[in-house]
Amino acid sequence: MRISMDIELKDVPGQMLLALQPLSECRANLITVVHHHQKRTPRNTMPVQLVLETRPENLELLKARLEANGIRVVRVGEQRFRESVSVVLIGHVIHTGIQDTIDRIDKTGFAEVVDLSLSMPGIEKPSSALIKIDAVGKEELQKALAILREVSAKKDLLMVLPIGIQA
Amino acid sequence: MKTIRTSIIGFGAIGQGVAEVLLLKKEYLRSLGLEVRVVAVADSKGATFNPNGVDLAKCLVRKRETGTVALEKLSGLELIKRLDHELVIETTPTNIETGGVGLQNMRAAFETGKDVVTSNKGPLTLKYGELQEAAKAAGSKFRFEASVGGAMPIINLVNEVLAGNEVKGIKGILNGTCNYILSRMLEEKASYKDILAESMELGIAETDPSYDVEGIDTACKLVILANALFGLDATYNDVEVTGITKITPDALEMAQENGYVIKLIGEVSRKGLQVAPRLVPIKHPLAVGGTLNVASVDTELAGEITVTGKGAGPIETASAILSDLISIYREC
Ligand SMILES: NC(=O)c1ccc[n+]([C@@H]2O[C@H](COP(=O)([O-])OP(=O)(O)OC[C@H]3O[C@@H](n4cnc5c(N)ncnc54)[C@H](OP(=O)(O)O)[C@@H]3O)[C@@H](O)[C@H]2O)c1
Repeated sequence: MRISMDIELKDVPGQMLLALQPLSECRANLITVVHHHQKRTPRNTMPVQLVLETRPENLELLKARLEANGIRVVRVGEQRFRESVSVVLIGHVIHTGIQDTIDRIDKTGFAEVVDLSLSMPGIEKPSSALIKIDAVGKEELQKALAILREVSAKKDLLMVLPIGIQA
Repeated sequence: MKTIRTSIIGFGAIGQGVAEVLLLKKEYLRSLGLEVRVVAVADSKGATFNPNGVDLAKCLVRKRETGTVALEKLSGLELIKRLDHELVIETTPTNIETGGVGLQNMRAAFETGKDVVTSNKGPLTLKYGELQEAAKAAGSKFRFEASVGGAMPIINLVNEVLAGNEVKGIKGILNGTCNYILSRMLEEKASYKDILAESMELGIAETDPSYDVEGIDTACKLVILANALFGLDATYNDVEVTGITKITPDALEMAQENGYVIKLIGEVSRKGLQVAPRLVPIKHPLAVGGTLNVASVDTELAGEITVTGKGAGPIETASAILSDLISIYREC
Protein backbone atom coordinates (compact mmCIF):
# COMPACT_ATOMS: atom_id res chain seq x y z
CA MET A 1 0.00 0.00 0.00
CA ARG A 2 1.21 3.45 -0.86
CA ILE A 3 1.27 5.84 2.06
CA SER A 4 1.87 9.53 2.29
CA MET A 5 3.12 10.65 5.68
CA ASP A 6 3.76 14.09 7.14
CA ILE A 7 6.39 14.12 9.85
CA GLU A 8 8.23 16.85 11.77
CA LEU A 9 11.95 16.90 12.48
CA LYS A 10 13.71 18.86 15.17
CA ASP A 11 16.18 21.38 13.88
CA VAL A 12 19.29 19.50 15.04
CA PRO A 13 21.72 17.35 13.05
CA GLY A 14 21.09 13.65 12.57
CA GLN A 15 17.31 13.87 12.55
CA MET A 16 16.83 12.60 9.01
CA LEU A 17 18.69 9.43 9.85
CA LEU A 18 16.43 8.87 12.84
CA ALA A 19 13.49 9.18 10.52
CA LEU A 20 14.80 6.84 7.85
CA GLN A 21 16.08 4.07 10.13
CA PRO A 22 12.61 2.80 11.14
CA LEU A 23 11.62 2.68 7.49
CA SER A 24 14.22 0.12 6.58
CA GLU A 25 13.59 -1.78 9.81
CA CYS A 26 9.92 -2.09 8.90
CA ARG A 27 10.75 -2.87 5.24
CA ALA A 28 8.99 0.18 3.98
CA ASN A 29 10.10 1.32 0.59
CA LEU A 30 10.76 5.05 0.46
CA ILE A 31 9.58 6.63 -2.77
CA THR A 32 9.95 10.34 -2.19
CA VAL A 33 11.02 12.75 0.49
CA VAL A 34 9.96 16.36 0.27
CA HIS A 35 11.96 18.44 2.67
CA HIS A 36 10.83 21.97 3.45
CA HIS A 37 14.10 23.49 4.66
CA GLN A 38 12.75 27.00 4.80
CA LYS A 39 9.52 26.18 6.56
CA ARG A 40 9.10 25.95 10.30
CA THR A 41 6.08 24.81 12.27
CA PRO A 42 4.91 26.83 15.29
CA ARG A 43 6.79 24.21 17.32
CA ASN A 44 9.91 25.27 15.45
CA THR A 45 10.21 21.88 13.78
CA MET A 46 10.81 21.17 10.10
CA PRO A 47 7.92 19.63 8.15
CA VAL A 48 8.84 16.70 5.86
CA GLN A 49 6.56 14.74 3.56
CA LEU A 50 7.27 11.10 2.80
CA VAL A 51 5.68 8.82 0.25
CA LEU A 52 6.35 5.16 0.89
CA GLU A 53 5.25 1.72 -0.04
CA THR A 54 4.57 -0.57 2.89
CA ARG A 55 2.49 -3.49 4.01
CA PRO A 56 -0.61 -2.35 5.91
CA GLU A 57 0.21 -4.58 8.91
CA ASN A 58 3.60 -2.86 9.35
CA LEU A 59 2.21 0.62 9.51
CA GLU A 60 1.45 0.83 13.25
CA LEU A 61 4.88 -0.51 14.13
CA LEU A 62 6.49 2.00 11.81
CA LYS A 63 4.66 4.88 13.46
CA ALA A 64 5.62 3.64 16.91
CA ARG A 65 9.30 3.36 15.93
CA LEU A 66 9.32 6.84 14.48
CA GLU A 67 7.74 8.29 17.63
CA ALA A 68 10.25 6.35 19.71
CA ASN A 69 13.03 8.07 17.75
CA GLY A 70 11.50 11.41 18.68
CA ILE A 71 9.96 12.03 15.25
CA ARG A 72 6.50 13.52 15.34
CA VAL A 73 4.06 11.84 12.92
CA VAL A 74 1.46 14.43 12.04
CA ARG A 75 -0.59 12.69 9.38
CA VAL A 76 -0.73 9.32 7.68
CA GLY A 77 -2.92 8.64 4.69
CA GLU A 78 -3.26 6.12 1.98
CA GLN A 79 -2.12 7.60 -1.31
CA ARG A 80 -4.91 7.19 -3.82
CA PHE A 81 -4.50 7.75 -7.51
CA ARG A 82 -7.53 9.73 -8.47
CA GLU A 83 -6.48 10.90 -11.89
CA SER A 84 -5.45 8.85 -14.87
CA VAL A 85 -4.35 9.67 -18.40
CA SER A 86 -3.35 7.76 -21.51
CA VAL A 87 -0.74 9.30 -23.79
CA VAL A 88 0.43 8.13 -27.20
CA LEU A 89 4.04 8.80 -28.16
CA ILE A 90 5.26 8.46 -31.74
CA GLY A 91 8.86 8.63 -32.92
CA HIS A 92 12.07 6.87 -32.01
CA VAL A 93 10.66 5.99 -28.64
CA ILE A 94 12.98 3.09 -27.83
CA HIS A 95 16.34 4.61 -28.48
CA THR A 96 15.43 7.43 -26.25
CA GLY A 97 15.38 5.37 -23.11
CA ILE A 98 11.74 5.09 -22.30
CA GLN A 99 12.72 3.45 -19.02
CA ASP A 100 14.41 6.66 -17.87
CA THR A 101 11.23 8.57 -18.43
CA ILE A 102 9.14 6.02 -16.60
CA ASP A 103 11.57 6.05 -13.68
CA ARG A 104 11.45 9.82 -13.50
CA ILE A 105 7.66 9.76 -13.32
CA ASP A 106 7.58 6.94 -10.77
CA LYS A 107 10.13 8.72 -8.59
CA THR A 108 7.89 11.72 -8.17
CA GLY A 109 5.90 9.72 -5.64
CA PHE A 110 2.66 11.35 -6.73
CA ALA A 111 2.42 9.74 -10.16
CA GLU A 112 3.13 6.35 -11.60
CA VAL A 113 3.33 4.72 -15.01
CA VAL A 114 0.84 1.88 -14.70
CA ASP A 115 0.84 0.58 -18.23
CA LEU A 116 3.01 0.70 -21.30
CA SER A 117 2.39 -0.78 -24.75
CA LEU A 118 5.06 -0.55 -27.37
CA SER A 119 5.15 -1.24 -31.05
CA MET A 120 8.35 -1.30 -33.07
CA PRO A 121 7.59 -2.04 -36.70
CA GLY A 122 11.21 -1.83 -37.91
CA ILE A 123 14.55 -0.26 -37.18
CA GLU A 124 14.18 2.75 -39.43
CA LYS A 125 10.47 3.16 -38.81
CA PRO A 126 9.04 5.27 -36.05
CA SER A 127 7.75 3.30 -33.12
CA SER A 128 4.64 4.05 -31.14
CA ALA A 129 3.90 3.76 -27.46
CA LEU A 130 0.89 4.14 -25.27
CA ILE A 131 1.60 5.09 -21.71
CA LYS A 132 -0.92 5.18 -18.91
CA ILE A 133 -0.14 7.41 -15.98
CA ASP A 134 -1.96 7.55 -12.65
CA ALA A 135 -1.54 10.47 -10.29
CA VAL A 136 -2.91 11.52 -6.92
CA GLY A 137 -4.54 14.67 -8.27
CA LYS A 138 -5.00 16.92 -11.30
CA GLU A 139 -2.04 19.12 -10.48
CA GLU A 140 0.23 16.13 -10.00
CA LEU A 141 -0.97 14.67 -13.28
CA GLN A 142 0.04 17.87 -15.04
CA LYS A 143 3.46 17.69 -13.38
CA ALA A 144 3.93 14.13 -14.64
CA LEU A 145 2.86 15.22 -18.12
CA ALA A 146 5.37 18.05 -17.93
CA ILE A 147 8.12 15.45 -17.55
CA LEU A 148 6.81 13.59 -20.58
CA ARG A 149 6.55 16.83 -22.51
CA GLU A 150 10.13 17.74 -21.73
CA VAL A 151 11.37 14.33 -22.92
CA SER A 152 9.19 14.46 -26.05
CA ALA A 153 10.51 17.87 -27.01
CA LYS A 154 14.12 16.79 -26.47
CA LYS A 155 13.76 13.55 -28.43
CA ASP A 156 11.44 14.95 -31.08
CA LEU A 157 8.56 12.66 -30.22
CA LEU A 158 4.98 13.46 -31.14
CA MET A 159 2.87 13.41 -28.00
CA VAL A 160 -0.84 12.76 -28.50
CA LEU A 161 -2.93 13.73 -25.49
CA PRO A 162 -6.61 13.09 -24.83
CA ILE A 163 -9.04 15.93 -25.47
CA GLY A 164 -9.85 17.82 -22.31
CA ILE A 165 -6.29 17.55 -21.00
CA GLN A 166 -4.52 20.88 -21.19
CA ALA A 167 -1.78 20.48 -23.76
CA MET B 1 -41.33 40.84 -53.26
CA LYS B 2 -37.85 42.10 -52.42
CA THR B 3 -35.30 41.94 -55.26
CA ILE B 4 -31.70 41.18 -54.29
CA ARG B 5 -29.27 41.88 -57.06
CA THR B 6 -26.21 39.72 -56.57
CA SER B 7 -22.89 38.85 -58.19
CA ILE B 8 -21.11 35.51 -57.98
CA ILE B 9 -17.38 36.18 -58.02
CA GLY B 10 -15.47 32.93 -58.53
CA PHE B 11 -17.21 30.28 -60.59
CA GLY B 12 -15.44 27.06 -59.63
CA ALA B 13 -16.89 24.16 -57.66
CA ILE B 14 -18.58 26.37 -55.08
CA GLY B 15 -19.63 29.23 -57.37
CA GLN B 16 -21.33 26.75 -59.68
CA GLY B 17 -22.87 24.98 -56.69
CA VAL B 18 -24.38 28.32 -55.66
CA ALA B 19 -25.79 28.83 -59.14
CA GLU B 20 -27.38 25.38 -59.09
CA VAL B 21 -28.86 25.90 -55.65
CA LEU B 22 -30.28 29.30 -56.64
CA LEU B 23 -31.96 27.70 -59.67
CA LEU B 24 -33.25 24.85 -57.54
CA LYS B 25 -34.57 27.13 -54.79
CA LYS B 26 -36.02 29.92 -56.92
CA GLU B 27 -39.64 29.17 -55.98
CA TYR B 28 -38.79 28.61 -52.35
CA LEU B 29 -36.99 31.96 -52.17
CA ARG B 30 -40.03 33.60 -53.75
CA SER B 31 -42.21 32.08 -51.09
CA LEU B 32 -40.04 33.93 -48.56
CA GLY B 33 -40.61 37.15 -50.50
CA LEU B 34 -37.12 37.11 -52.03
CA GLU B 35 -36.27 37.49 -55.70
CA VAL B 36 -32.55 36.72 -56.05
CA ARG B 37 -31.36 38.18 -59.33
CA VAL B 38 -27.79 37.29 -60.31
CA VAL B 39 -26.54 40.29 -62.27
CA ALA B 40 -22.90 39.19 -62.74
CA VAL B 41 -20.80 36.04 -62.72
CA ALA B 42 -16.99 36.12 -62.88
CA ASP B 43 -14.15 33.64 -63.04
CA SER B 44 -10.41 34.16 -63.53
CA LYS B 45 -10.79 34.82 -67.25
CA GLY B 46 -13.50 37.42 -67.21
CA ALA B 47 -17.20 37.88 -66.55
CA THR B 48 -20.70 38.11 -67.83
CA PHE B 49 -23.18 40.66 -66.56
CA ASN B 50 -26.68 41.97 -67.14
CA PRO B 51 -28.45 44.42 -64.84
CA ASN B 52 -31.71 42.59 -65.56
CA GLY B 53 -30.20 39.25 -64.56
CA VAL B 54 -27.95 36.75 -66.32
CA ASP B 55 -29.22 33.32 -67.35
CA LEU B 56 -27.67 31.06 -64.72
CA ALA B 57 -28.46 27.82 -66.54
CA LYS B 58 -26.62 29.11 -69.61
CA CYS B 59 -23.69 30.24 -67.46
CA LEU B 60 -23.36 26.72 -66.08
CA VAL B 61 -23.42 25.15 -69.54
CA ARG B 62 -20.92 27.67 -70.92
CA LYS B 63 -18.55 27.12 -68.03
CA ARG B 64 -18.75 23.37 -68.49
CA GLU B 65 -18.31 23.49 -72.24
CA THR B 66 -15.76 26.26 -72.73
CA GLY B 67 -14.03 26.35 -69.37
CA THR B 68 -15.09 29.91 -68.70
CA VAL B 69 -18.24 31.86 -68.04
CA ALA B 70 -16.69 35.01 -69.48
CA LEU B 71 -18.29 36.95 -72.29
CA GLU B 72 -16.51 40.20 -71.41
CA LYS B 73 -12.95 41.01 -70.48
CA LEU B 74 -14.08 42.48 -67.20
CA SER B 75 -12.79 41.33 -63.84
CA GLY B 76 -14.96 40.46 -60.89
CA LEU B 77 -13.32 43.28 -58.97
CA GLU B 78 -14.32 45.87 -61.58
CA LEU B 79 -17.88 44.59 -61.57
CA ILE B 80 -18.08 44.85 -57.80
CA LYS B 81 -16.94 48.45 -58.05
CA ARG B 82 -19.03 49.53 -61.02
CA LEU B 83 -22.17 47.49 -61.20
CA ASP B 84 -25.08 48.45 -59.00
CA HIS B 85 -26.10 45.50 -56.79
CA GLU B 86 -26.76 44.57 -53.17
CA LEU B 87 -24.84 41.35 -52.56
CA VAL B 88 -21.47 39.89 -53.51
CA ILE B 89 -21.17 36.11 -53.23
CA GLU B 90 -17.41 35.70 -52.99
CA THR B 91 -16.11 32.21 -53.89
CA THR B 92 -12.61 32.79 -55.27
CA PRO B 93 -9.67 30.61 -54.11
CA THR B 94 -8.41 30.81 -50.55
CA ASN B 95 -5.04 32.51 -50.20
CA ILE B 96 -3.77 32.70 -46.64
CA GLU B 97 -0.57 34.57 -47.43
CA THR B 98 -1.96 37.70 -49.04
CA GLY B 99 -5.72 37.22 -48.85
CA GLY B 100 -5.67 37.01 -52.65
CA VAL B 101 -8.23 38.58 -54.92
CA GLY B 102 -10.86 37.67 -52.34
CA LEU B 103 -9.54 40.32 -49.97
CA GLN B 104 -9.66 42.97 -52.69
CA ASN B 105 -13.16 41.89 -53.66
CA MET B 106 -14.43 42.14 -50.09
CA ARG B 107 -12.83 45.54 -49.52
CA ALA B 108 -14.35 46.84 -52.75
CA ALA B 109 -17.74 45.43 -51.84
CA PHE B 110 -17.78 47.24 -48.49
CA GLU B 111 -16.40 50.44 -50.03
CA THR B 112 -19.40 50.49 -52.35
CA GLY B 113 -21.85 49.58 -49.60
CA LYS B 114 -22.55 46.00 -50.63
CA ASP B 115 -23.19 42.97 -48.47
CA VAL B 116 -20.85 39.98 -48.67
CA VAL B 117 -21.49 36.25 -48.27
CA THR B 118 -18.38 34.12 -48.70
CA SER B 119 -16.82 30.67 -48.40
CA ASN B 120 -13.29 32.10 -48.75
CA LYS B 121 -11.13 31.63 -45.64
CA GLY B 122 -8.08 33.65 -46.68
CA PRO B 123 -9.31 37.21 -46.05
CA LEU B 124 -11.07 36.12 -42.85
CA THR B 125 -7.92 34.53 -41.48
CA LEU B 126 -5.71 37.51 -42.26
CA LYS B 127 -7.88 40.60 -41.95
CA TYR B 128 -10.89 39.74 -39.87
CA GLY B 129 -10.86 42.89 -37.76
CA GLU B 130 -10.34 45.20 -40.71
CA LEU B 131 -13.12 43.59 -42.75
CA GLN B 132 -15.60 43.68 -39.88
CA GLU B 133 -14.80 47.36 -39.34
CA ALA B 134 -15.27 48.10 -43.04
CA ALA B 135 -18.58 46.25 -43.11
CA LYS B 136 -19.76 48.10 -40.04
CA ALA B 137 -18.72 51.50 -41.38
CA ALA B 138 -20.59 50.80 -44.63
CA GLY B 139 -23.64 49.42 -42.89
CA SER B 140 -23.06 46.19 -44.83
CA LYS B 141 -23.83 42.63 -43.80
CA PHE B 142 -20.93 40.18 -43.76
CA ARG B 143 -21.56 36.44 -43.52
CA PHE B 144 -19.20 33.49 -43.86
CA GLU B 145 -20.84 30.36 -42.48
CA ALA B 146 -19.58 28.40 -45.51
CA SER B 147 -15.93 29.16 -44.69
CA VAL B 148 -15.94 26.80 -41.70
CA GLY B 149 -17.16 23.25 -41.93
CA GLY B 150 -19.03 23.58 -45.24
CA ALA B 151 -22.60 22.50 -44.59
CA MET B 152 -22.09 22.10 -40.85
CA PRO B 153 -23.81 25.04 -39.16
CA ILE B 154 -21.63 26.50 -36.47
CA ILE B 155 -21.24 30.27 -36.71
CA ASN B 156 -24.92 31.03 -37.16
CA LEU B 157 -25.81 28.35 -34.66
CA VAL B 158 -23.85 30.09 -31.93
CA ASN B 159 -24.53 33.68 -32.95
CA GLU B 160 -28.22 33.25 -33.59
CA VAL B 161 -29.73 30.11 -32.14
CA LEU B 162 -27.58 30.18 -29.02
CA ALA B 163 -27.51 33.98 -28.77
CA GLY B 164 -27.00 35.23 -25.22
CA ASN B 165 -24.73 32.34 -24.26
CA GLU B 166 -21.13 33.13 -23.54
CA VAL B 167 -18.89 30.70 -25.42
CA LYS B 168 -16.26 29.12 -23.17
CA GLY B 169 -14.57 26.93 -25.73
CA ILE B 170 -14.91 25.21 -29.08
CA LYS B 171 -13.24 22.07 -30.28
CA GLY B 172 -13.76 19.94 -33.31
CA ILE B 173 -12.69 18.22 -36.48
CA LEU B 174 -12.66 20.96 -39.11
CA ASN B 175 -10.91 19.20 -41.99
CA GLY B 176 -12.59 16.32 -43.81
CA THR B 177 -9.42 15.21 -45.60
CA CYS B 178 -7.51 14.61 -42.36
CA ASN B 179 -10.49 12.86 -40.86
CA TYR B 180 -10.74 10.60 -43.88
CA ILE B 181 -7.03 9.73 -43.82
CA LEU B 182 -6.98 8.90 -40.10
CA SER B 183 -10.23 6.90 -40.31
CA ARG B 184 -8.94 4.87 -43.26
CA MET B 185 -5.49 4.28 -41.72
CA LEU B 186 -7.20 2.64 -38.77
CA GLU B 187 -9.60 0.59 -40.92
CA GLU B 188 -6.90 -0.69 -43.26
CA LYS B 189 -3.98 -0.72 -40.80
CA ALA B 190 -2.20 1.08 -43.59
CA SER B 191 0.51 3.71 -43.50
CA TYR B 192 -0.10 7.43 -43.77
CA LYS B 193 1.59 7.46 -47.18
CA ASP B 194 -0.60 4.70 -48.64
CA ILE B 195 -3.84 6.25 -47.49
CA LEU B 196 -2.76 9.70 -48.62
CA ALA B 197 -2.20 8.24 -52.10
CA GLU B 198 -5.66 6.67 -51.99
CA SER B 199 -7.21 9.98 -50.91
CA MET B 200 -5.58 11.79 -53.82
CA GLU B 201 -6.89 9.21 -56.24
CA LEU B 202 -10.39 9.70 -54.89
CA GLY B 203 -10.05 13.47 -55.10
CA ILE B 204 -10.46 13.80 -51.33
CA ALA B 205 -6.93 15.15 -50.91
CA GLU B 206 -5.48 17.78 -53.24
CA THR B 207 -2.33 17.18 -55.30
CA ASP B 208 -0.53 19.36 -52.80
CA PRO B 209 -2.06 18.05 -49.58
CA SER B 210 0.19 20.00 -47.20
CA TYR B 211 -2.42 22.68 -46.54
CA ASP B 212 -4.75 20.01 -45.15
CA VAL B 213 -2.42 17.44 -43.55
CA GLU B 214 -0.12 19.95 -41.86
CA GLY B 215 -3.14 21.33 -40.03
CA ILE B 216 -3.05 24.73 -41.75
CA ASP B 217 -6.63 24.56 -43.05
CA THR B 218 -7.88 23.56 -39.60
CA ALA B 219 -5.92 26.43 -38.06
CA CYS B 220 -7.51 28.94 -40.48
CA LYS B 221 -10.99 27.75 -39.61
CA LEU B 222 -10.14 27.89 -35.94
CA VAL B 223 -9.05 31.50 -36.35
CA ILE B 224 -12.38 32.32 -38.01
CA LEU B 225 -14.30 30.65 -35.17
CA ALA B 226 -12.22 32.39 -32.53
CA ASN B 227 -12.88 35.74 -34.15
CA ALA B 228 -16.55 35.26 -34.98
CA LEU B 229 -17.62 33.50 -31.80
CA PHE B 230 -15.09 34.60 -29.20
CA GLY B 231 -14.80 38.20 -30.27
CA LEU B 232 -11.04 37.90 -30.77
CA ASP B 233 -8.95 39.43 -33.55
CA ALA B 234 -6.68 36.41 -33.95
CA THR B 235 -4.67 35.52 -37.05
CA TYR B 236 -3.01 32.35 -38.27
CA ASN B 237 0.20 33.17 -36.36
CA ASP B 238 -1.64 32.89 -33.05
CA VAL B 239 -2.26 29.17 -33.57
CA GLU B 240 0.02 26.40 -32.36
CA VAL B 241 -0.20 23.83 -35.17
CA THR B 242 0.73 20.14 -35.42
CA GLY B 243 -0.49 18.06 -38.36
CA ILE B 244 -1.15 14.36 -38.90
CA THR B 245 1.85 13.36 -41.03
CA LYS B 246 3.62 11.55 -38.18
CA ILE B 247 0.67 9.41 -37.12
CA THR B 248 1.33 5.67 -37.49
CA PRO B 249 -1.18 2.83 -37.93
CA ASP B 250 0.29 1.26 -34.78
CA ALA B 251 -0.52 4.36 -32.77
CA LEU B 252 -4.08 4.33 -34.08
CA GLU B 253 -4.47 0.68 -33.20
CA MET B 254 -3.03 1.06 -29.71
CA ALA B 255 -5.28 4.00 -29.09
CA GLN B 256 -8.25 1.94 -30.22
CA GLU B 257 -7.34 -0.94 -27.89
CA ASN B 258 -7.50 1.59 -25.09
CA GLY B 259 -10.84 3.04 -26.11
CA TYR B 260 -9.67 6.00 -28.19
CA VAL B 261 -9.49 7.19 -31.77
CA ILE B 262 -6.90 9.72 -32.91
CA LYS B 263 -8.34 12.82 -34.60
CA LEU B 264 -6.92 16.14 -35.72
CA ILE B 265 -8.62 18.48 -33.29
CA GLY B 266 -8.77 22.25 -33.45
CA GLU B 267 -9.42 23.83 -30.08
CA VAL B 268 -10.00 27.39 -29.01
CA SER B 269 -10.42 28.57 -25.45
CA ARG B 270 -9.34 31.51 -23.32
CA LYS B 271 -5.98 29.75 -23.08
CA GLY B 272 -5.33 30.00 -26.79
CA LEU B 273 -5.71 28.36 -30.18
CA GLN B 274 -4.32 24.93 -30.89
CA VAL B 275 -4.43 22.32 -33.64
CA ALA B 276 -3.02 18.88 -32.83
CA PRO B 277 -3.76 15.18 -33.09
CA ARG B 278 -5.68 14.19 -29.97
CA LEU B 279 -7.06 11.06 -28.36
CA VAL B 280 -10.85 11.11 -28.49
CA PRO B 281 -12.84 8.49 -26.55
CA ILE B 282 -14.53 6.16 -29.06
CA LYS B 283 -18.01 7.00 -27.74
CA HIS B 284 -17.43 10.75 -27.58
CA PRO B 285 -19.62 12.90 -29.88
CA LEU B 286 -16.43 14.22 -31.55
CA ALA B 287 -15.45 10.71 -32.67
CA VAL B 288 -17.02 10.91 -36.14
CA GLY B 289 -15.45 9.12 -39.08
CA GLY B 290 -15.11 9.44 -42.84
CA THR B 291 -14.89 12.97 -44.22
CA LEU B 292 -17.31 14.38 -41.67
CA ASN B 293 -16.69 17.57 -39.76
CA VAL B 294 -17.82 18.06 -36.18
CA ALA B 295 -17.66 20.83 -33.62
CA SER B 296 -18.50 20.96 -29.98
CA VAL B 297 -19.27 24.32 -28.41
CA ASP B 298 -19.03 24.73 -24.67
CA THR B 299 -21.54 27.42 -23.76
CA GLU B 300 -22.26 29.16 -20.50
CA LEU B 301 -25.98 28.41 -20.26
CA ALA B 302 -26.72 25.65 -22.74
CA GLY B 303 -23.72 23.50 -21.83
CA GLU B 304 -22.02 21.46 -24.49
CA ILE B 305 -23.62 21.49 -27.97
CA THR B 306 -22.23 19.33 -30.75
CA VAL B 307 -22.93 19.63 -34.48
CA THR B 308 -21.72 17.44 -37.29
CA GLY B 309 -22.06 17.54 -41.06
CA LYS B 310 -20.37 17.44 -44.40
CA GLY B 311 -17.40 19.77 -44.37
CA ALA B 312 -17.02 20.14 -48.12
CA GLY B 313 -18.69 19.62 -51.46
CA PRO B 314 -20.23 22.18 -53.85
CA ILE B 315 -23.90 21.71 -52.99
CA GLU B 316 -23.25 21.27 -49.26
CA THR B 317 -21.17 24.45 -49.12
CA ALA B 318 -23.67 26.30 -51.31
CA SER B 319 -26.32 25.36 -48.78
CA ALA B 320 -24.46 27.34 -46.13
CA ILE B 321 -24.16 30.28 -48.52
CA LEU B 322 -27.90 30.10 -49.22
CA SER B 323 -28.72 30.10 -45.51
CA ASP B 324 -26.53 33.20 -45.01
CA LEU B 325 -28.29 34.94 -47.87
CA ILE B 326 -31.72 34.13 -46.51
CA SER B 327 -30.88 35.17 -43.00
CA ILE B 328 -29.57 38.56 -44.20
CA TYR B 329 -32.57 39.50 -46.32
CA ARG B 330 -35.37 37.81 -44.50
CA GLU B 331 -34.66 39.67 -41.30
CA CYS B 332 -34.59 43.21 -42.66
N1 LIG C 1 -14.57 23.05 -52.32
C1 LIG C 1 -15.15 23.01 -51.12
O1 LIG C 1 -15.77 22.01 -50.74
C2 LIG C 1 -15.09 24.22 -50.22
C3 LIG C 1 -15.73 24.17 -48.97
C4 LIG C 1 -15.72 25.31 -48.15
C5 LIG C 1 -15.05 26.45 -48.58
N2 LIG C 1 -14.41 26.46 -49.80
C6 LIG C 1 -13.77 27.71 -50.25
O2 LIG C 1 -14.56 28.28 -51.27
C7 LIG C 1 -13.74 28.95 -52.23
C8 LIG C 1 -13.98 28.38 -53.61
O3 LIG C 1 -13.65 27.01 -53.60
P1 LIG C 1 -13.78 26.13 -54.91
O4 LIG C 1 -13.64 24.73 -54.48
O5 LIG C 1 -14.96 26.55 -55.65
O6 LIG C 1 -12.45 26.58 -55.69
P2 LIG C 1 -12.21 26.51 -57.27
O7 LIG C 1 -12.99 25.38 -57.84
O8 LIG C 1 -10.76 26.58 -57.47
O9 LIG C 1 -12.88 27.85 -57.80
C9 LIG C 1 -12.31 29.11 -57.68
C10 LIG C 1 -12.94 30.03 -58.70
O10 LIG C 1 -12.42 31.34 -58.53
C11 LIG C 1 -12.09 31.82 -59.82
N3 LIG C 1 -11.10 32.89 -59.77
C12 LIG C 1 -9.76 32.81 -59.59
N4 LIG C 1 -9.21 34.04 -59.63
C13 LIG C 1 -10.22 34.91 -59.85
C14 LIG C 1 -10.29 36.31 -60.04
N5 LIG C 1 -9.20 37.07 -59.97
N6 LIG C 1 -11.51 36.87 -60.24
C15 LIG C 1 -12.62 36.12 -60.32
N7 LIG C 1 -12.61 34.78 -60.17
C16 LIG C 1 -11.42 34.19 -59.94
C17 LIG C 1 -11.61 30.62 -60.58
O11 LIG C 1 -11.63 30.89 -61.97
P3 LIG C 1 -11.34 29.77 -63.07
O12 LIG C 1 -12.57 28.89 -63.08
O13 LIG C 1 -11.21 30.56 -64.33
O14 LIG C 1 -10.10 29.05 -62.65
C18 LIG C 1 -12.65 29.61 -60.14
O15 LIG C 1 -13.80 29.74 -60.89
C19 LIG C 1 -12.31 28.77 -51.77
O16 LIG C 1 -11.93 29.91 -51.06
C20 LIG C 1 -12.40 27.55 -50.86
O17 LIG C 1 -11.41 27.56 -49.86
C21 LIG C 1 -14.43 25.37 -50.61
